[in-house]
Amino acid sequence: MAKRFKKLSWLQAYASVYMVFLYAPVVLLPIFAFNDSTVIAFPLSGFTTDWFASLRDNSALKSAVSNSLIVAITAAMISTILGAFAARAGVRYRFPAKRGIMGLILLPLVLPEIIIAVALLVMLMRLGLSLSLWTVIVGHVLVCVPFSMAVLNSAFSGLDQSLEEASFDLGETAWGTFRRVTFPLILPGVISSLLITFTISLDEFIIAFFLTGTDVTLPVYIWSQLRFPAKLPGVMALGTLLLLLTISLLVIAEFFRRRTAQRRGLDASTTEGLI
Amino acid sequence: MSIDAQNEGRKGLLLVSPTFAYAILLLAAPLILVILFSFWTQDYLDLDTTPTLANYKEAWTAPLYRELMLRSLRISVLVTTVTVLSAFPVAYYVSFRVKERKALWLFLITAPFWTSYLLRVFLWKVILGYNGVFNSALLWAGIIDEPLQFILYNVNAVVITLAHAWAPFAILPIFVALEKIDRSLLEAAEDLGDGPVRRFFRITLPLAIPGVMAATLIVLIPTVGDFITPRLVGGTEGLMISNMIQVQFGKANNAPLGAALAVSSMFIVGGLSLLIFLASRRVGRVAED
Amino acid sequence: MTAANADKPIITLDNVTRSFGAVQALRGVSAEIREGEFFSLLGPSGCGKTTLLRMIAGFDEPTTGTITLDGKPMAGIAANHRPTNMVFQSYAIFPHLSVGDNVGYGLKKKRLPKAEYDREVEEALEMVSLGGYGPRAAHTLSGGQRQRVALARALIMRPKVILLDEPLSALDKKLREQMQIELRRLQRSVGITFILVTHDQEEALIMSDRIAVMFDGQIAQLDSPEALYRKPNTQRVASFIGVMNFLEAKASGEKGDKISLDIQALGKLDIPASALPAGMKSSEITRVGVRPEMMSIVLEGAKSTGHEIDAEIAESEYYGDMTYYLVSLPGKDEPVTISMRNTAGRAVLEPGSKTRVSFSPESIVVFR
Repeated sequence: MAKRFKKLSWLQAYASVYMVFLYAPVVLLPIFAFNDSTVIAFPLSGFTTDWFASLRDNSALKSAVSNSLIVAITAAMISTILGAFAARAGVRYRFPAKRGIMGLILLPLVLPEIIIAVALLVMLMRLGLSLSLWTVIVGHVLVCVPFSMAVLNSAFSGLDQSLEEASFDLGETAWGTFRRVTFPLILPGVISSLLITFTISLDEFIIAFFLTGTDVTLPVYIWSQLRFPAKLPGVMALGTLLLLLTISLLVIAEFFRRRTAQRRGLDASTTEGLI
Repeated sequence: MSIDAQNEGRKGLLLVSPTFAYAILLLAAPLILVILFSFWTQDYLDLDTTPTLANYKEAWTAPLYRELMLRSLRISVLVTTVTVLSAFPVAYYVSFRVKERKALWLFLITAPFWTSYLLRVFLWKVILGYNGVFNSALLWAGIIDEPLQFILYNVNAVVITLAHAWAPFAILPIFVALEKIDRSLLEAAEDLGDGPVRRFFRITLPLAIPGVMAATLIVLIPTVGDFITPRLVGGTEGLMISNMIQVQFGKANNAPLGAALAVSSMFIVGGLSLLIFLASRRVGRVAED
Repeated sequence: MTAANADKPIITLDNVTRSFGAVQALRGVSAEIREGEFFSLLGPSGCGKTTLLRMIAGFDEPTTGTITLDGKPMAGIAANHRPTNMVFQSYAIFPHLSVGDNVGYGLKKKRLPKAEYDREVEEALEMVSLGGYGPRAAHTLSGGQRQRVALARALIMRPKVILLDEPLSALDKKLREQMQIELRRLQRSVGITFILVTHDQEEALIMSDRIAVMFDGQIAQLDSPEALYRKPNTQRVASFIGVMNFLEAKASGEKGDKISLDIQALGKLDIPASALPAGMKSSEITRVGVRPEMMSIVLEGAKSTGHEIDAEIAESEYYGDMTYYLVSLPGKDEPVTISMRNTAGRAVLEPGSKTRVSFSPESIVVFR
């Protein structure tokens, strides 16, 4: 018994150290965002909110933010719609070459992003198309669809097929059944898919770096700023705001996931669907 | 079973077709084009579409590219090993020791992943730098007299940073595999006389192999394609093949050579993944025998 | 037993088949289901009963053959245009709607005034003893309540036929028995045709006016519960419904309204010619069957009532109200099963006891 306790505490200690490792950079972000020094190093020199204030009248930043929002919102919507089609087909039907088709759609999960970026770049060059926010959106949708599919897969597979049959049986049409039964039941999944794909697109750098035109997205803007030491504290402040935004989006996504589980009378604390 | 297989197949295909069409046009077609491109040549802005193996010859024989390719492979394998090995105990802890707050733990593990990747890499530079957090803390504590230099701008920094970046991707698949293990199997092993260590190696580990394999591939593949981390924290000794691909498509303006490098690295990653997959299947089988 | 227009068919199945690739789920089913009756499709899993039910509902189409409902052929008519409603095995209660909105789901298309809608929903809920449950959330209901809501949701549509797909299989034994009686009573009071799919022979016997026993995609026998039990036409039906003791037999002659049989262990005896099913010759008899309660162990002091043979108790299984004995008969390797009521003062016999067994020739069923 004593031996087991010792082992348990070792594991626990290791897990705790690991969590410190995971959170070390994240914790530093707000610290330096409020540090009254242009040098990103210890010791800290004092408290200031100047860096946040400086963000307000930075027009390059503002346009990067609005570009990123346009890209992320569009990519989230397109990839959630495409993800929903694929998830529904995958959960409900058997069809020829299913493994191959699903494999291609999920391929971006195991393809280095640089390959996707380069491939799209080559095609756009050949077609003579110029780079714009749309080319970034196209790339982001490719990367986001597999995530959207994963979220919606669990939404659709949790949907009892007899619910839709019951609706037909009670005289409802196919569209009416979708509107009154299917959609309300997968809505939480749709919302969490939108939030997750939005977050992925907002943070994506490699594809945006290759495919962005003159309108840069936020990560590309940040990349350009990292070269200038004087700009760094401002980047820290920006990063802190982004951190707050993504964490709140994730909490919202988690809330919706739990509500789906609850509505279906499942145990909300289970990890099903989260992964 | 409610409709004929043929009918069902048609409905399924129809439903999947928008997504599939998107993937064909904007993923499969570009990938094929990259492969074609790698057999062409470019002289400034003129593209010569006569098929040639010149790019591959250069990519595979020029010492610079060969060195970068081998180094990428070495670093990727190292990063993957470190990431997966360090993640396993955490996954094990959450799966077997955490009783009530599993979802919270998983949330905490995945949350840092959602902060800007660029900034996370950059912050490691801050932590590991000459005047960085780590060195200043050690100096302050009196453990060292002058800042350690071997931790930034080299392979170590790349390994640490990437092990951090891919942590949730390594932990989650292993966790899922561990969660699937029927706990009564462990009790049965104990009942049949296995101690905790033997039980771990005879039951837990073999059954966790699929998760470990998934974690390995999920970490390995994007690592090869990363060029931010090597660029920010790797110094010259930490540069990898993706940096060169980026240069070929950018400043060097030699897209066909870049394409050949990209295709080559894709094949190397693919081959390596296949090898890992086969090896892990073998390990799984041997362990089960 | 049945309603006034008892012989008018509401559903006619004409040589219905269904194949899934190489698998033949239904191999030609023909039957008439009468208006207002409680009809059951009984059979082991995989016999095609659920496939048949889903075809009547419109979720599936026959490969060949026709289904006629209320005089209209149903080919090509989708589920939402058929005058049938289904109670699903999982109940399929919409989890995002209240109990009342679940029940009123099918009414919404009629665009009734709110007051009328509410009244109809409440009426339907009262029919299934759930009056006042309308505003509750669906996921707060218990299994039995869900089953009632599913029924009310079907009843409110006033369909010609209500289809029930193993509706009681998810309930525990006590509740199931209570619901069996309640469903039967409800069906009689509304007079709608009910078609029940079940694998539970006891449930089918208790609830149905008529039962179609199905094996391997075909109807093996369609009859009233009593006829099925007393006169099963094949050994398979006989052993699916209740317990039957089988004994080898051969006809040795016919004299008037009697058939002489030579039966394993029981010896030579005469049975009424009426025991022979129509279309069967006495020379075709190879076996006979006797139900456990149709034989009895002759206890000390009891008067002999008919035929008696020597026997020995091999085993006894005590069920409280009944005792089932496995009894060895001379000339038969496997023991037969005999059930005895445990009436006041009747002792349970020990294995090994020598005794005598009596039976009446009238209770013997003959098989090919």
